[in-house]
Amino acid sequence: MTERRHIIYDYLRTTKRFPSLWCPGCGVGIFLGALLRAIDKSGYTKDQIVLVSGIGCSGRISTYVDFNTLHTTHGRALTFATGIKLTKPELKVTVIMGDGDAVAIGGNHFIHAARRNIGITAIVINNNVYGMTGGQLSPTTPLGMRTATSPYGNLENPFDICKLAEGAGSVFVARSTVYHVRLMERLISKALKKKGFSVLEILSQCPVQYGRRAGLNSAVEMMEWQRDNTVTEEKAQGLSEEELRGKIRIGVLVDRKAPTYQERLESLRESLKEQVGAL
Amino acid sequence: MRRAELLQGNEACVKGALAAGCRFFAGYPITPASEITHGMAYELPRLGGVFIQMEDEIASLGAVIGASLAGAKAMTATSGPGFSLMQEHISFASTAEVPCVVINAMRGGPSTGVPTHPSQGDVMQSRWGAHGDHPIIVLAPSSVAECLGLTIEAFNLSEKYRTPVIVLIDEMIAHMREKVILPSPDEIELVERPKPTEPPEWFVPYRDPGTAVPAMPAFGDGYRYHVTGLVHDERGYPTTRADEVEPFIKRLFQKISQDFDKLQWGETYYTEDSTLNIIAFGSVARAALRAVKEARAKGMKVGLLKLLILFPFMRRKVTQLMESSTTILVPEMNMGQISREVKRVNQGKCQVETLNKVAHEPMTPQEILDKIEEIYD
Repeated sequence: MTERRHIIYDYLRTTKRFPSLWCPGCGVGIFLGALLRAIDKSGYTKDQIVLVSGIGCSGRISTYVDFNTLHTTHGRALTFATGIKLTKPELKVTVIMGDGDAVAIGGNHFIHAARRNIGITAIVINNNVYGMTGGQLSPTTPLGMRTATSPYGNLENPFDICKLAEGAGSVFVARSTVYHVRLMERLISKALKKKGFSVLEILSQCPVQYGRRAGLNSAVEMMEWQRDNTVTEEKAQGLSEEELRGKIRIGVLVDRKAPTYQERLESLRESLKEQVGAL
Repeated sequence: MRRAELLQGNEACVKGALAAGCRFFAGYPITPASEITHGMAYELPRLGGVFIQMEDEIASLGAVIGASLAGAKAMTATSGPGFSLMQEHISFASTAEVPCVVINAMRGGPSTGVPTHPSQGDVMQSRWGAHGDHPIIVLAPSSVAECLGLTIEAFNLSEKYRTPVIVLIDEMIAHMREKVILPSPDEIELVERPKPTEPPEWFVPYRDPGTAVPAMPAFGDGYRYHVTGLVHDERGYPTTRADEVEPFIKRLFQKISQDFDKLQWGETYYTEDSTLNIIAFGSVARAALRAVKEARAKGMKVGLLKLLILFPFMRRKVTQLMESSTTILVPEMNMGQISREVKRVNQGKCQVETLNKVAHEPMTPQEILDKIEEIYD
């Protein structure tokens, strides 16, 4: 308890008017706690961290924390982050996005940032809905689910954000829920350590704009759903296909090495320097 | 040392940007702006800078804004359709007060239009294309030499006022070649964004220091602050309070409006005794100058004001000209965009005539001369 108080005082802005805008029962605050603990353990100073966010409920995280913070436009956070990272590669650039933010309006930026292997930690807080605008269906809303814009049930297939990230070339892909708070913290730490484009999907709950229409009555019920419908990668190894059916994998899903964009750029500059010198 | 080179307008933009200290370029291919992108792709890595081809124009300006926040002088280049995509981030850069330069080598529109024939159809898009009430600076070169000079000035203005600056180039100017005298580096005056002098714990990122332009540290400088496109208070946090929103938006405008006198960048030709005066910019100003000379040879007292800055509109200089004119002629390669500004300023002082060409072919001196002969009395 004392440790947690300490971290809040270290990392939340003292000049910002509180409370936060998140609704009671929202998962974003639980994520934020884990993020701050992971950053605290990472060894980075507050001056070295750049926290970039998109638009939506999760996008407001950048307002409250005492780093170099940038609250961008809807879906475009990764593009701003790309400019920052390539200009000052020594900074640790972390991007927080929502599901609609990252893979609907920002879907193109998401796959291209992954393809380029820009050294950014991209965290997608997936609550399956557009919360801030009133509970419309998102690209991760499950088939058949009722939302403000699918009053008769969702007709669209949802994205698997982790598979999308893997397919696009992310060197690190992991998933947690906000229920698995310790796992979430460990995965954030791991993602922060990677040099290349790392993606972390956090399954979160929106009891107000999503649960209400979806027939899930409370934040507690939604978090119990997270507990009961997920399986860690370690546990999954010993389970049969039958036992794994319908379960969402959590843990590290992809961890590989590849040269980053800025490493390639750096070696290009070095080689050009030699050429210029030779003339 | 000065030296002369035969350069294309787009190449001159590259030279100007690099001379101004631009070390970050993000762009997306589009004609007729491609040569700027090509030049930057070649030059920047050699200078230790960054060139990146992004997935679209929205991403390009996003990356440019990010680079600028990290301390780099940064720019992008595009044409009409791509410029439309950039409007979201032009609005963001205005609100978050991030210096950046956008070059729009205009092509014939609307939509995909007549690629890549010349047009001046993006004048009002450059002024009002982005959402919300925001200030903007728009420059318009009419020669290759001016492409170089005004690109440098675009960086200077964007750094000075912490605002996006747009350079509108006619396709012909972008693609044609002319002799340019390259200035030596010590001749070029460069402006850098204001930096905080107080220690980080005293720093209030958006407090008006009296100049209306707050100091801007780079990310990583030790001044941790918040940047947002939401209307924000002095500390950078979102606000909905009327007593904070209105002063904020007024300060954005004041940054530029306080210097209206200094931003009357126009050149006058033969206006000492002229009664019919032409107001033109870009390639049309060149055709107009030729037409003015030919009209003078025929004994008509005709003059020209060439606009180098389109916005803020040089009300003062135009008003002065109107006071000695009976007629103003505004030829342009669109259906009448700058002429609207001229008419707005005119308020009955003199007769305002327009000459509009949307064939997406260059306006010729003869066309302007014909119009002069028609309306001269």
